[in-house]
Amino acid sequence: MNVRNDFPMLKQNIIYFDNGATTFKPYSVINAIVDYYSNYTANAHRGDYDNSLKVDEKYEGTRENVCQFINASNTKEIIFTSGATDSLNMIVNGFFKYNLKSGDEILITRSEHASLVLPWFELAEQLGCIIKYINLNEDLKVTMDNVKASVTNKTKVIALAHTTNVVGDIRPIKAITQYAHQQGIYVVVDGAQSVPHIKVDVQDLDVDFLTFSGHKMLGPTGIGVLYGKEFLLKKLKPHNVGGGMNVDFTSLKEFSYRELPHRLEAGTPNIAGVIGLGAAIDYINKVGIDNITKHEQMLKQYAVQKLNSLPNIEVYNPNTKAGIIAFNVKGVFSQDTAVYLNKYNVCVRAGNHCAKMLSEDINVSSTCRISFYLYNTTEEIDYLVSLLDNKDILRESL
Amino acid sequence: MNDDLKRNIILDHYYNPLHKGLVNDDSYIKVNVNNESCIDNIDLMVKIEDNVISDIRFDGEACAISTSATSIMIKMLLGKTIEETLQILKEYEKMINEEIYNADIIDEAIVYNDIYKQPNRKKCALLPWRGLKKVLKEK
Repeated sequence: MNVRNDFPMLKQNIIYFDNGATTFKPYSVINAIVDYYSNYTANAHRGDYDNSLKVDEKYEGTRENVCQFINASNTKEIIFTSGATDSLNMIVNGFFKYNLKSGDEILITRSEHASLVLPWFELAEQLGCIIKYINLNEDLKVTMDNVKASVTNKTKVIALAHTTNVVGDIRPIKAITQYAHQQGIYVVVDGAQSVPHIKVDVQDLDVDFLTFSGHKMLGPTGIGVLYGKEFLLKKLKPHNVGGGMNVDFTSLKEFSYRELPHRLEAGTPNIAGVIGLGAAIDYINKVGIDNITKHEQMLKQYAVQKLNSLPNIEVYNPNTKAGIIAFNVKGVFSQDTAVYLNKYNVCVRAGNHCAKMLSEDINVSSTCRISFYLYNTTEEIDYLVSLLDNKDILRESL
Repeated sequence: MNDDLKRNIILDHYYNPLHKGLVNDDSYIKVNVNNESCIDNIDLMVKIEDNVISDIRFDGEACAISTSATSIMIKMLLGKTIEETLQILKEYEKMINEEIYNADIIDEAIVYNDIYKQPNRKKCALLPWRGLKKVLKEK
């Protein structure tokens, strides 16, 4: 994939395998942000002067861009947030808080990221809801059989990642929504690890809500998206109220709010972030999301095969599709492995990757994680493998 | 001390840490310390009798540096008075932070004297000592 010259960070002498955490930005994204700050700074949805109109065009143009990218039915369903965490909190506290009651069951899994788990824990405590877990199979995947086995007549919502950030399994979302909707169950999907890497079509998947972050898909930090079906978003209470989202208010405390999507975007938005996200989507579209998927799956297969040939390496998720590999060097604490690789300018993540309940299923408390993106290469994997093919990793990490 | 010897000492303490495993005894002061930015997580139990550290136990999961640093700290502090402990702590922190320190009282912990070259490891070397400070505060 001929993209490496587009990324200034790749000019550094490092190998970056931590794309699940955040991704590098192409020049086109950086330049789009600089262009806004250098050449047409103005607030959004405000003025009648040229630059302000240009900002509106770019801002709302990105909404259109996102809408097409995930195939939402209209732009009212696209809300800009600060990231997937913000989006998930808005969904839980703005919608489910008013639509769940004591005794209702919330279904998640033990491989979910903290950003999906904790808002539900808080809500369950407030309302007296019950958190239940869909069991994972031996490959740490979610199967429809296990979903069905976990659903009861009290289940009101299933919330899970589309692709998990440690295991890299792509969940059967379409089948889950089909089944859930027959029972009147809502489905909330975190797309933070899927939207950057595979084609996500919200209408085809029929999800009720979808969340994702810009910085994990070549965009800037501090920008993300909340997608919701329009009739659901209409019922979502804004967690912030203020400028830009109201129609009018009087001293008699009469007030009215604007329509979607603006009702849910109080205050001056992250304009530069939105513009950067727009440029990131343009870049991904230019390369082609399907090409990105193919490239990452090739890298995953290639790397798993090579790593499995090393007797000192244990790979925990060889059979999942996404370009994420969780592994350990036998007898070496994950962090020591990461520090060792850092000595050779190879960036991997060590830890529990915010999925703290997963250890209950894989019997290991922490792992090293490699996560690929479009700019990674088989040569980089070869180098990683050559470094891991070493009996003295722990000693050399010191 | 050359790097090879330092590594040997660190690995020795990592593979065979002293006083690993907690005890069920209320006369100990018990604290937990962890590094928020990584996964090191250590429980520390300290018994202080007549102003002297008479026992330290620990358990938990941590990298080679944190684990060995805990073991070495235990070895150094057993039988020391609180005043002596505070002095060692002070000199140890100076060493980790690349300040001038008194090597005479640092003992085996000298193996971390160039850890400042790896800033991401400094917090690991300091972890058990942070736990110790917590203990002394609770005393």
